[in-house]
Amino acid sequence: MTRLAYYPGCTLKTNAKNFEDSTIATAEKLGIELVEPERWNCCGTVHSLSTDDVMHHLAPIRNLIRVEELSNAGAVDSKQVVTLCAMCYNTLKRSNMVFNEDSDRKKKIRDNMYKEDIQYSGNVEVLHYLEVLREMGWDKVKEAVVNPLNGLKVAPYYGCLLLRPRGIGVDDTDNPTIMEDMVEALGAEAVHFAYSQKCCGSYNTVHMKEVVADLAHKILKQAEEAGADMLVTACPLCEYNLGPRQSEVEKRYPVFKSIPVVYFTQLMALAFGLGEEAAAFAGNKPDPRPLLRDKGLLEE
Amino acid sequence: MENNAEIVTIYVMGKKHKVPGDLTIMKAMEYAGHQFTRGAGCRGGYCGACATLYRKKGSYKLEGALACQKIVEDGMYIAQIPFNPAEKTTYSLDELRPDANTILEYYPELSRCLACNTCTKACPQDIMVMDYVQASLRGDIEQAAKLSFDCISCGLCAVRCPAEIVPYNVGQLARRLYAKYIDGPSQHVLDRVKEVEEGKFDEGIKELKNMDKAALQERYETREKILE
Amino acid sequence: MEPENKYFKDRVMELSGENVDLCFQCGACSSGCPMTQEMDYLPSKIIRMVQLGLEEALESRTIWVCTTCFNCEVRCPRGIDVANVMEALRQLVLRKKYDRVSLDELSPEEIRELPQIAIVSNQRKLTA
Repeated sequence: MTRLAYYPGCTLKTNAKNFEDSTIATAEKLGIELVEPERWNCCGTVHSLSTDDVMHHLAPIRNLIRVEELSNAGAVDSKQVVTLCAMCYNTLKRSNMVFNEDSDRKKKIRDNMYKEDIQYSGNVEVLHYLEVLREMGWDKVKEAVVNPLNGLKVAPYYGCLLLRPRGIGVDDTDNPTIMEDMVEALGAEAVHFAYSQKCCGSYNTVHMKEVVADLAHKILKQAEEAGADMLVTACPLCEYNLGPRQSEVEKRYPVFKSIPVVYFTQLMALAFGLGEEAAAFAGNKPDPRPLLRDKGLLEE
Repeated sequence: MENNAEIVTIYVMGKKHKVPGDLTIMKAMEYAGHQFTRGAGCRGGYCGACATLYRKKGSYKLEGALACQKIVEDGMYIAQIPFNPAEKTTYSLDELRPDANTILEYYPELSRCLACNTCTKACPQDIMVMDYVQASLRGDIEQAAKLSFDCISCGLCAVRCPAEIVPYNVGQLARRLYAKYIDGPSQHVLDRVKEVEEGKFDEGIKELKNMDKAALQERYETREKILE
Repeated sequence: MEPENKYFKDRVMELSGENVDLCFQCGACSSGCPMTQEMDYLPSKIIRMVQLGLEEALESRTIWVCTTCFNCEVRCPRGIDVANVMEALRQLVLRKKYDRVSLDELSPEEIRELPQIAIVSNQRKLTA
């Protein structure tokens, strides 16, 4: 088993626990042990874009120090950290880049980092779980499938921060294929639709939920019209805006046809035959289980 | 009693005083003529009333301490923070659920935490404040309760927090939730209460009540001491 | 042509790290932006205002509904990260003790329902 440092992020421990549970189960099947640092803090998403900001980089860099400590102690096999939440991924990766590319801010971050046993070296590599899977090879993922998701039409929803800004994503921004490859490795059919990268409304969901409802409506409608049975995503905020927020969509669009939204690792857990507890569908709203049962992919 | 300690200079709210160098800040201020009407309590490092900020001579660092515990140093610039303005949200413990998002619901400003660790820096009790704030943010009530156990609500963390969080209120809610809902009842306490109700100690108490002062004193001095 | 307020323009360019003078108003950023229906000025218009040193850009609704999705950054043919410029404009207002969203406005039920990620990112982008 390869031991890989794993950074969950706050939401993965609460509203998105199903994302975490399904990932840990699938990783184990693929020979990866996810090692969570004993102490970690909220990454403080979203990445701060001001060129003079130091304060907002303390939180992400502190987490990278945790990973470095794990590596130095021999608890993991590499100086890499894998994360599931697309927003945490973007925040950690970009702060890492600021640290390594801006020597003035690097010094200030170090001076203000109270109180750590080591100074961050800048050498941790931030990865998203999809990158780890791609690196391993989709064949390996396919080998682990015992319950191929035949007949299931899945629309990959990338959202924003998994692919953007240009060059800081897991795949090409114009023609990404990583999520389609993952879906197909599980035996399902990937449905391409025009709004797979359109922003879900992000943090505006807190105080402008009608706007998010409009965006979610557009995205889900497009996916459904393209023939999708369900959406997969890699971000808890996207999942919230496209899933539980569907109640707001229904208020504004009474003829809206609801389709379920799940985390990609939940489908992986299902395809790997790891059981209902690992796939953790009970936490999803709307409930994907009736659809999956209709397709014969889930037992009664 | 003679005091042979070296005399040091301290500045209290800007005013210069010369005091013996082996006194605590609190004793030194009283030596200099201050009378505490606020900002003093148990004098034993337990109540959190005497929160104090100070700077040392020649250093830019802002430090926090309890006046009743910290010994003065030459050149100390002292200011007291006897009260920290913070609204404790009202909640009825019986109606709360120990869910992951409960603490966040009552203190949503937890989401603003920058993980800068200034609170930990300010804490006179060596508590890992940022860690229990972070644990509260992600709904780990047990961790938040355990890490904040030594907190005496002195307020130094809240005064310095750039995100305007009041950590001690958060910790208090975490401990209350933990004790009521997660930790479970203390069996040894329940057992003892039962024994009392069954009258196990009635005889002994009656005996003590009927003793005179001399007999009581003797009984006290020859009591069985429990060795640690 | 001299910008109306050179200090303002310079400060925005400094904070964002972007050279707004490269923009030739093609409008690609606006066409890809998911939030235009909520905006008073289109993103390309905001860039134009910064080029001209017009401080009214700070009073727009546009900068507050931006979701930093970086669609604009990806599309700009001159490589301007428009999202960075939006952030710089927000910072100039926020650093003057202004909060766009207050947690006090939300009801306890709303807070309970929202995942941490939503509240954390919302506060990070829109408050001082």
